[in-house]
Amino acid sequence: MFGYYLDLAFHSLRRNKVLTVLMVLAIAVGIGASMTTLTVVHLLAGDPLPGRSQAIFYPQVDADPKGKDANEPLDMLDYRSAVDLWSARRADRQALVVQSQVRLNTAEAGKPPVMTMMLSATTDFFSMFNVPFRYGGPWSAQDDAARARVVVITDDLNQKLFNGENSVGRTLRLRDSDVRIVGVLKPWRPSPQFYAVRGGRFAGGDTSDFYTKPEDVITPFFTGLEVNDGNFQQFTCWQMPDRPGHLQNAPCVWLALWVQINDATKVAAYRRYVADYAAQQQAAGRFTHSGNTRLRDLMGWLDYNGVLPSNVRLQAWLAVAFLGICLVNMVGLLLAKFLRRSGEIGLRRALGASRVAVFMQFMVESGLIGLIGGAFGWLLTLAGLWFIRQQPVAYADLARLDVPMFMLTFLAAISASLLAGMLPAVRACRVVPAWQLKTL
Amino acid sequence: MTHFAPILAALRRHRLATALIALEIALACAVLCNACFLIVGQLRMLHVESGVDESSLALINLGCDGCKGTDLNARVTTALRAVPGVQSVAVVNAVPFADHAGYAGISLDHEHFIAVPHFYTGGPGAVEALGLQRVAGRAFQQDDFQVAENWLPKNTSVWVTRAFAERLWPGQDPLGKEFWSDKYHFRVIGVMAHLTPPDPGGGHGDSAGEWSVFAPVIPGESLHGVYVLRARPVDLPRVLREARDAAQKAAPEAVLNLQQSRTVPELRADYFRQARIMVGMLAGVIVALLLVTALGIVGLASFWVQQRRKQIGIRRAIGATRGDILHYFQAENFLIVTAGIAVGMVLTFALNMVLMKFYEVPRLPLYYLPVGALVLWGLGQLAVLAPAMHAASVPPVVATRSV
Repeated sequence: MFGYYLDLAFHSLRRNKVLTVLMVLAIAVGIGASMTTLTVVHLLAGDPLPGRSQAIFYPQVDADPKGKDANEPLDMLDYRSAVDLWSARRADRQALVVQSQVRLNTAEAGKPPVMTMMLSATTDFFSMFNVPFRYGGPWSAQDDAARARVVVITDDLNQKLFNGENSVGRTLRLRDSDVRIVGVLKPWRPSPQFYAVRGGRFAGGDTSDFYTKPEDVITPFFTGLEVNDGNFQQFTCWQMPDRPGHLQNAPCVWLALWVQINDATKVAAYRRYVADYAAQQQAAGRFTHSGNTRLRDLMGWLDYNGVLPSNVRLQAWLAVAFLGICLVNMVGLLLAKFLRRSGEIGLRRALGASRVAVFMQFMVESGLIGLIGGAFGWLLTLAGLWFIRQQPVAYADLARLDVPMFMLTFLAAISASLLAGMLPAVRACRVVPAWQLKTL
Repeated sequence: MTHFAPILAALRRHRLATALIALEIALACAVLCNACFLIVGQLRMLHVESGVDESSLALINLGCDGCKGTDLNARVTTALRAVPGVQSVAVVNAVPFADHAGYAGISLDHEHFIAVPHFYTGGPGAVEALGLQRVAGRAFQQDDFQVAENWLPKNTSVWVTRAFAERLWPGQDPLGKEFWSDKYHFRVIGVMAHLTPPDPGGGHGDSAGEWSVFAPVIPGESLHGVYVLRARPVDLPRVLREARDAAQKAAPEAVLNLQQSRTVPELRADYFRQARIMVGMLAGVIVALLLVTALGIVGLASFWVQQRRKQIGIRRAIGATRGDILHYFQAENFLIVTAGIAVGMVLTFALNMVLMKFYEVPRLPLYYLPVGALVLWGLGQLAVLAPAMHAASVPPVVATRSV
């Protein structure tokens, strides 16, 4: 029967081309707009470390003397707290993370110096965040301790400077220090750049900068502090630092500590440890309060910072509302289309077709419209994503349709049109045969 | 005047289709009013007054790590002044629409933070180069410029914007008033008409519209690397090109920040690019929405006309004119659209409520509703015109057929 209904549906669609085009267009535009924006939401709101994120945590203590237990602690750590918590090694893995702007001299490649962002982290950063290496590997814990002049660079920078060759062993000049390349990453593009997320609650919804690419050069944490001393930015200070850019003993928060705790039962213990540390510091007079320590997991931290830019969310809502209006519109058009064929329906019913059969026939027709609309909607989605890739936003390069969203495009188109067809089809199968036959 | 009673009676027999059109109108009303409101908000931001002579200004930004600031300033300003067409050069920390450089929390009593304005700092000649407009107080004199400690001098005489003065001392004369930021002390000696922070609308609190302070500083260790150039607008692109080369040549050890070394109009266009895209998108949604709604009305109205051919024929046969038929469909459309608008107003406010909750959108002004209603009435009449004319052309003879 399905084949016959399909046949009927094609026939019917051909009969009134204008109406068909209108409906397909409505579905296509609605689907195109909503799938474009939903794809962006899907890409930006996803889990940057699938399978691992629930074991990653972000400890916070509050060194701000003006802070209160009732308030949230500051988003980052001061130097002393960060290094204390890190060196206690109470978690399975722990990494200190800080970013700074540095002058990169690439005399070897014969190019002028550039300013670039440098990430400085302790070695657990790579294993904890599953950072993939193409050549070489991370530095060792000894390198961390010895402040070795070593560096890991991204695939991007390796392409730019060394045409993608194995550059392990070569040197770069960071500011006034020569550093030896020990590792080259494979293309690595976490979305968002989760390890640097903070301050989202002060961003007023404009959080697209959380989606920038990873820094081109990655040095051991303490090496970075030495090499680029004087160029570090505070998250905030409660007093002016004596030497701007040198924050080791300054009344400022500027460091992030990430820890990995594999065993869920140990999380409570680590939480207690962080609280105890703060209480100890209060007892020692360094903190004024210790009641607002936090240990959020990765997704919790991203949520807390509202990483999804509010523009993107607003656009998604608009697009879905638009799809809704397209659907209401389609219900109206389908109603007109189906009831116009009341005579035909009456005839079929008189010849013995059941109501269910009539209903099915119209549902097949709606589904077919949805399928065609979905195909056009898919093209419009591709066009929409292409348009987003041309925009000057940090996440532009991420905007691509993946397989799940491709499937969802068609699924959404067909289910939307089936939904829209339901009411008109019910109306159509209630047609009283005798009335229609009388007027034929 | 058409009588509405028979129309209502007829509509009662087409409850579903009527409800669909009304619902579509209601949704369109809600989205239309709110999208327009968002557009107006974005446009207002796009037209923010910067307070500087944008069209004659360009910026040169040198990243110089480990340079002697005084020496760098001397070399670069000399080189920039030598560029033909440059009218003046000054050392500043930022200009509107460039990277911000000096947000700091301030208090009026050393105790309670009251606001976070942006501190612009500039050397001698910066006020004139930028073209800042003073509306009260006095100009900066030689001894107002002092050497900064880290960031600013300990005691600084500053200008503030009128908006910021109103925030700090509502209804009072701000001249001579004082405020503090950490250990730094400021005294207001002048009021500017306008000076927007470098990132207007950039998430420093929704009311932080024009909270800027201008502080005079002697360029040196704490103020170097950012230079504002003034030239005639027609010369500006060429001047900028040559100035970039001159700066790089004068300070070969520094890194020229190409992203920031632009004309101020370019920086402004760049800064608002996102907002302009948003406006374009919202406008696109509105147009598509109106189009879809109109097409829906056309579709259903033509269906009704076809369904009622016989009735129309009968009416014509017993004396109704073409105009009567035409007006019947127009009045019918008017009724349905009116019902849709009534529901739509409720939806509009509901949607506005949601937006206010989640997106820091202000309350929708009431006058959007009548305007939106007029647009939708017009749209409905326009959409129904063709089907109604079609109906009016049904000949009376139809009545005699196959009843």
